[in-house]
Amino acid sequence: MSTREAVLDLLRENARYSTDDIARMTDLSPEEVEETIAALEDDGVVRAYQAVVDVEKVEPERVHASVELNVTLDRETGYDDIAKRLAKFPEVQTLRLVSGDFDFAMEVEGDSMSDVSRFISEQVAPVPEITQTVTHYIMQTYKERGVEFGDGHDDDRLSVSP
Amino acid sequence: MTFEQSERLETVPPSGIRRFFELAEEYDDIISLGVGEPDFAPPWAARDAAIASLERGQTSYTANRGMRELRERIEGHVAEHYDLSYDADEEILVTTGVSEAVDLAFRAFLDPGDSVAIAQPCYVSYVPGAQLAGAGVVDVPTREADEFKLTRETLEASGAADAELLVICFPNNPTGATMTRAELEPVAEFAREHDLLVLSDEVYADLTYGGEHTSIATLPGMRERTVVFNGFSKAYAMTGLRLGYAMAPPEAIEAMNRIHQYTMLSAPTTAQHAAIEALDTCDPDVAEMRDQYDRRRNFVLSRFADMGIDCFRASGAFYAFPECPRDDSAAFAEALLEEERVAVVPGDVFGAGGEGHLRVSYATGLSQLKEAMNRLESFVD
Repeated sequence: MSTREAVLDLLRENARYSTDDIARMTDLSPEEVEETIAALEDDGVVRAYQAVVDVEKVEPERVHASVELNVTLDRETGYDDIAKRLAKFPEVQTLRLVSGDFDFAMEVEGDSMSDVSRFISEQVAPVPEITQTVTHYIMQTYKERGVEFGDGHDDDRLSVSP
Repeated sequence: MTFEQSERLETVPPSGIRRFFELAEEYDDIISLGVGEPDFAPPWAARDAAIASLERGQTSYTANRGMRELRERIEGHVAEHYDLSYDADEEILVTTGVSEAVDLAFRAFLDPGDSVAIAQPCYVSYVPGAQLAGAGVVDVPTREADEFKLTRETLEASGAADAELLVICFPNNPTGATMTRAELEPVAEFAREHDLLVLSDEVYADLTYGGEHTSIATLPGMRERTVVFNGFSKAYAMTGLRLGYAMAPPEAIEAMNRIHQYTMLSAPTTAQHAAIEALDTCDPDVAEMRDQYDRRRNFVLSRFADMGIDCFRASGAFYAFPECPRDDSAAFAEALLEEERVAVVPGDVFGAGGEGHLRVSYATGLSQLKEAMNRLESFVD
């Protein structure tokens, strides 16, 4: 594994690992770790550092939805153009072009169901290239970005064993 | 009527690990670096296969030697990973953990009065196992100066030449030492010269860092005199499922199976189903766990270096074996437990050559490991 891969691997596991801990785990100097992280950021590989939050615990009323979008393209408008326009809305958390029955998979959030519905009907659906929207309100999140939201796994091993 | 112990049992002392376990159990807020098993759960695919087999009601005994489907996969796995060639029908025996397999070998190949040379420090079962088979034990203490590798010089100095059997375990519990092909060569030469059978416990083979594991059975003239042991407890984190295996020429497996068929009948069926899936699809899980252990190993060794604790660069299993900063390693470990609530195991419980060291297991999550290292640092300051 290259230095870059090793550092990136650790950041993806836990972005709050200190430089010192990353250095110890990878057998690099703290300076090398800092340089590697700076390069990853400069190259646009690492885009941001965010916590994975169980929103249910802090904002139980807030509404999240996953929206399927179908679009038609013409000579002047491609997927990227539509995506750029949609991505500007702060309500849109995630936007991906996908294969299959629809074109874009979009995740949005709002303070209430009517809030999200209004956003879809007044801001998204009127975009001329969008031909259809299907909104799924999220009822429960069990796992996000590789992190399970269960109670976790207790360490039930014997405290000392051969 | 009294339960008078057999003379044979009288020769076996109570486990030193057990005593330490009881001490640790007195506290409920300890961080334990004394655990000899992974902190991971087995790969989900393997657990799921075990569950599915239970749902189908597949809970009968299997063939004495283990399910043929499993033995075939073991044959393929050891060929691919360790360049070992054993026939699924005649040369592989699936057992209830490696511990059972080692015990079978002692009972199958030793007579009262025979002697067994055991490279130490080592897993706590070998010495009692040999004693229970009526054999005498020749201690072969490996040395820190050799990074706890077994050398020809140590073998000669210990009198191992007169033994019938030599027991080795690399990657090693408790030291984390590994041995390369070049380092194994003089050991193999010694075994050939003195006509020793070799029991090679390679259960930590997949947990080798920065190099490839070499089995001593791949060296010239060694296959015919070696029993290789491996299992699913460490690399696949399946300790409680109790599954290991032995590989040796047909007559050796036949002899071990003769005891196994009466005393165990067959290894746990549910575990065998999990193991088939583990060998089929779980290589990536093993690699991920190995990467995690490797990082923790680096972390722990780096912290020891900063604390001024001497520790050779262990390159296998999930143990570091630092020098104890004070004279008496048992007293040190007890005080560390009492004052800082950190459990480590004093090296002397692992036999000759272990005194003066501590076994520190890094099969524990990084945040716990870090806190334990902080406590150790304040303790030794």
